[in-house]
Amino acid sequence: MRNLWQQAVNRTDWKRAGRARLVLGLALILLLGGCGERAWNAPYPSSESKANTLYSSFDERPKHLDPARSYAANEYAFIAQIYEPPLQYHFLKRPYELVPLAATQVPVPRFLDKAGNPLPEDAPADEVAFSEYEIVLKTGSRYQPHPALATRADGSFYYHQLPTEFIEKINTLADFPETGTREVTADDYIYQIKRIANPKLHSPIASIMSEYIVGFSEFSKTLAAATSGESQDKVGANGFVDLRQYHMEGVTPLDRHRFKIRLRGKYPQFVYWLAMTFFAPMPWEADQFYSQPGLDKRNISLNWYPIGSGPFMLTENNPNLRMVLSRNPNFRGETYPDEGEAGDLEKGMLVDAGKPLPLIDKAIYSLEKEVIPRWNKFLQGYYDTSGVSSDSFDQAVKFGSGGEANLTDEMLERNMKLATAVETSIFYLGFNMADPVIGGESEENRSLRQAISIAVNFEEFISIFRNGRGVVAQGPLPIGIFGSRDGLDGINPIVFDIENGKPKRKSLEKARALMVKAGYPNGTSAKTGKPLVLNYESASAGPDSKAQLNWMRKQFKQLGIQLVIRATDYNRFQEKLRKGTGQLFMFGWNADYPDPENFLFLLYGPNGKVEHAGENAVNYDNPEFNALFDQMKNMDNSPERQKIIDQMVDILRKDAPWIWGFYPKAFSLYHDWYKNVKPNLMANNTLKYKRVEPDMRNQRQQSWNPPIVWPLVLLFVLLIATAVPAVIVYRRHERSAAR
Amino acid sequence: MIAYIIRRALYAIPILLGVNILTFVLFFVVNSPDDMARMHLGMKRVTPEAIETWKAERGYDKPLLFNESSQGVDQFTDTIFFQKSLKLFQFDFGSSDSDRDIGYDISQRMWPSLAIAIPVLIVGLMVNITYALLIAFFRATYIDIWSVVLCVVMMSISGLFYIIGGQYLVSKLLHLVPISGYDTGFSAVKFLILPVLIGVVGGIGAGTRWYRTLFLEEINRDYVRTARAKGLSEVVVLFRHVLKNAMIPILTGVVVVLPLLFMGSLITESFFGIPGLGSYTIDAISRQDFAIVRAMVFLGSVLYILGLLLTDISYTLVDPRVRLS
Repeated sequence: MRNLWQQAVNRTDWKRAGRARLVLGLALILLLGGCGERAWNAPYPSSESKANTLYSSFDERPKHLDPARSYAANEYAFIAQIYEPPLQYHFLKRPYELVPLAATQVPVPRFLDKAGNPLPEDAPADEVAFSEYEIVLKTGSRYQPHPALATRADGSFYYHQLPTEFIEKINTLADFPETGTREVTADDYIYQIKRIANPKLHSPIASIMSEYIVGFSEFSKTLAAATSGESQDKVGANGFVDLRQYHMEGVTPLDRHRFKIRLRGKYPQFVYWLAMTFFAPMPWEADQFYSQPGLDKRNISLNWYPIGSGPFMLTENNPNLRMVLSRNPNFRGETYPDEGEAGDLEKGMLVDAGKPLPLIDKAIYSLEKEVIPRWNKFLQGYYDTSGVSSDSFDQAVKFGSGGEANLTDEMLERNMKLATAVETSIFYLGFNMADPVIGGESEENRSLRQAISIAVNFEEFISIFRNGRGVVAQGPLPIGIFGSRDGLDGINPIVFDIENGKPKRKSLEKARALMVKAGYPNGTSAKTGKPLVLNYESASAGPDSKAQLNWMRKQFKQLGIQLVIRATDYNRFQEKLRKGTGQLFMFGWNADYPDPENFLFLLYGPNGKVEHAGENAVNYDNPEFNALFDQMKNMDNSPERQKIIDQMVDILRKDAPWIWGFYPKAFSLYHDWYKNVKPNLMANNTLKYKRVEPDMRNQRQQSWNPPIVWPLVLLFVLLIATAVPAVIVYRRHERSAAR
Repeated sequence: MIAYIIRRALYAIPILLGVNILTFVLFFVVNSPDDMARMHLGMKRVTPEAIETWKAERGYDKPLLFNESSQGVDQFTDTIFFQKSLKLFQFDFGSSDSDRDIGYDISQRMWPSLAIAIPVLIVGLMVNITYALLIAFFRATYIDIWSVVLCVVMMSISGLFYIIGGQYLVSKLLHLVPISGYDTGFSAVKFLILPVLIGVVGGIGAGTRWYRTLFLEEINRDYVRTARAKGLSEVVVLFRHVLKNAMIPILTGVVVVLPLLFMGSLITESFFGIPGLGSYTIDAISRQDFAIVRAMVFLGSVLYILGLLLTDISYTLVDPRVRLS
C-alpha cells in the first residue's frame, strides 16, 4: 500500500516538476527571444536584422503581374524591377529624359512615305506614312533562373511536359528543383508584342497599339480566329498557342539582338511606351511552361510568377501576405548614374555613382491594408519609407510661415526625412459639355462656367481636405510636363489676377458679373425667374465625403446656384459619364508618359466619352482646339510646339470645360538609413538605385522599441491582490456551517 | 440518427438554393457584368470590344436568370445563374475573375483564419466560463454587481476599439509583440498573441454575462443543494455539477460556430494583416469579384447548416434524454 502511495506521490512530483520545467522553458524561450538582436515587436526574424534588405509595404493585392496586362502603379512596384523594356527614364535628371535600358540607345524613328521611300527627319506629319524604330539590344542579358528554362544535357526541357502527379505536389515555383536561363534575344521582344495583341490577354494598350503598329489588328484577328471555336488548329496539345507561328507585319527581327517596329504615320510618343513593361521581353518557353493544364489550379501562371531579366526576381509570391524581390544572379549589370541635375551632388545623390546595381540584396513588401498599423510600424523603424496619410499628417508635417512643408519635431528627433513632389496628375471638376444648361459653345454658358471656375476656391479645398498636399492647377498640364508655363506666365487669367507680383483669385463680384452675362443674376434665370439648379455627380456618399460635398455646395451657393448632390456608387457614376447624363463631376488623370499629348487628348473631340467611348469625359469638342491638337501631337518638343500648346491652353481657359482643380503633391517620409531617395514620378524601376544601412537601422529599431514589461508585472500583482480576498472569502465559505 | 442526418442534408438543398439566388440577385442589383469587366480590365483605355470579349470568355454575356432566346430547358440553363452558381453544389468553386483558382486559395487561406479563431474560441471559453462561475459563486455580492457592470461596459465597446487600443498599448507603447503581420510555422506565434488576446478580451463581456445567467439558473436547483449537502466543496459543485448541467446551452453557442471558424474574422484579419478567409471575402467584395463572393457565401451557408446539425447531434451526447428522430 505504502509502495503504491509512494509511486503516486512520485508521479505527482514528476508532473509538477514537468509543469515547472515547461513554464521555465517557455519563459526561457521568451527571454531568449527578447535577448536576440531584434526587438520583441520586430515583425522580421532576428537572423535578418543585419541583412542588406529594404522593407516596405503594399496596401492592395496586385491584380496582374503579367507585363502584357499590368497597368497599375501597385503592380509596377513589383514587375518594373523584374522586367526590362528597351528604355527607361533617367533616375536623376529633370525634366524627365529617356535613356537606354535593355537597348543600346534610344531609337530615332526613320520616316517613310507611302511607297516606302525614306523621308527627312523634319518631314511634315501628313507626308509620313510609316515610322520605323530599329531597336538594338545590349548583348549578354540573361533571364533569371526559372524552371521554364531548365534543360537537360540533350537540350530538352525538364518541365514542359509535366505529369499530373508531379503537378499535384507543386505549390509554388520554388518547388521545382531545377532552373535554367538563356540569353535575351530580339525574338523575345517580338514575342511579347504579339502577346499584347493576343485578344485573350486583354492588354490595356492593345487598342492604342492597333492604331499604330502595322499588322497589329490583323494579327489579333488571325489569332482569335485560329484559337477559338472549332478551328483550334494551332493550339498545342496542352493548350499552348505558339505565337512564333503567327506573323505580325510591322515587327521584324533583324538579327539576334536587333528588331524593327513599323508604325503607321508619325507617333513621337511611341518611345515612351518602350519604357513601359508592356514591351519587356518574354521567352516563348515561359508561355509554354505555364500553359500546362493543372498549373493554373495551383495558381501558377505567368500572371502571378514573372520571368524577367531585370535586377530583381520575385522569390516569394504571396500577394495575401508578402512579396519578396531578391537580386537576380543573372542580371547583366548596370551602374548607378554618374550625373544628375544641378544640386544632386550636394544632396548626396551621386555618392553611389558608378557602383554596380542593384545596391540592395532583397526587398520585402508586406501587405498592410490598414493605415494605422502601417504608420506605427514605420515609426517603429520596421518600414524604411512611408506615405503620409491624412490621419497622421499633423503628427508628421507642419507648414512654415512661407507655406513650405517641414517635419515636426517628433519626426526630426528620429532623423526622418521628407520628400515631396508635384505629381504628373490632375484632379479637375468637369462640366459635361453635352449638357444644355452648363455645356455648349454659347457665350452665356461659357460665362456661367467661368463664373463657377472663379467661385470654386481650390486653394481652400487643398488646404482643408488635402492638408496642403496639392498645387492649384492653372491649366490641363501639370508642372514639369512640356508645355506647362512656370510662374506668372502660367497663371490662368480667366480665374486669377496678378497683384503685387502674386496670383490672386478674382473676386466673387467679378464672378457674379459673369453670372449676369450668363443670364443668371444672383443665380436666378433672367428668363424664367427660377433659381439655377445644377447636379453634382459624386461617386462617394459616405460620412468621409460629406464635408467635401457640403463644401462644394457652399461654393456654388456664393453665386446663388443650388447644387444638388447626386451621390452614387462608382459603377453608376461611370455609367453617367458614359451616357453623358451627369452635369458636374470631379475626375482625374494620371500621366502615362511626360508628354502634353497625354493630357490634352483628354479634351480632344474625337476622344469624347459619349460618342467615341474615349477618355474625354466632359465631351468637349472645339474644332479649333482639335485642329491644333492634331498638329501638336506629332511634333517634337520645340518652341513651335510650345506656341501651339499655349494657343490650345488659351482656348481651354476661355471655354472652361474643366475647373482646373489641382495637381496633387506626393509626400513621403523615409528614415535616414534609406538612401538615394529622389521622387521620380515617371520611372517605376527605381528600386535598384536604393541603398540601406542595415546596422544603423538595427541599432535604431532596438533603441526605439525596448520591451516594457513592468505593466505586465503590475497587472499580475493586481490580479493576485484581487484574488487573495476572493480566496479568503471562499475558504471562509467552505469552513462555515451550512445554513 | 443517420436518417435524421440525411433528412437534414436534404432540407439544406432548398436553403442553399435560396441563399444562392439571394446572393446572385443582390450582387447583380449593384453590379452589372459590364461593371465587373471594367473593374477587372482597369480604368484606363478600356474599349467596349474588350469588355464584350471579357464577358464572353467568362460567360457573363448570357442573361442573368432567364434566357428568352433559348428553347426549353436551355432557357434556364443557358444563364449566368445556372452556369455560375449551381456548380457550387458540386463544390466546384471555379476560378476568380482574376484567374486564380478559388478552391486552392480557400485551402491556403483557411489555416491563418483557424490559427486565430481556434485559440480565441478555446481560451475565450475557458476564461469566460471560469469568470462566470466565479461570479456565480459570489452571486449577489459587490463582486457580482461590479462584474456585471464591467461585462456590460466591455460588451458595449466596439471590436475595432479593442483592436486599435490593443495595438497601441501592447505593440506601440509596450513594444511586446509586432503590431501586425503573419508568418508560417512556429514563427506565427508572435503574430498571433495580440489578435488572440484581443479576441479573448473582446469576448469576455458578452460571453461571461451569458454564462453567468446559465449558471445562476442551475445553481439553485435541487441537485446542487444535494451536492452541497453531501459535503462537496464549492469548486467541485460548480465545475463538476453546475457546469455539466449547463452544457446544453453552452454547446448550442459553441458547436454552431465551430464550422464558421474557417470563415475567419473580417476586421481582425484586415487590421493584423492576417491572410485568412475573412480578408479574402472583403477583398472580393471591393473588387466586385462575383466568383469569390458567391463561393464564400455558399461556403458560409454550408458551414452554418453543418454547425446547426452538429449542435443537434451534440445534444444527444451531453443529454441522454434528447433523441433525434
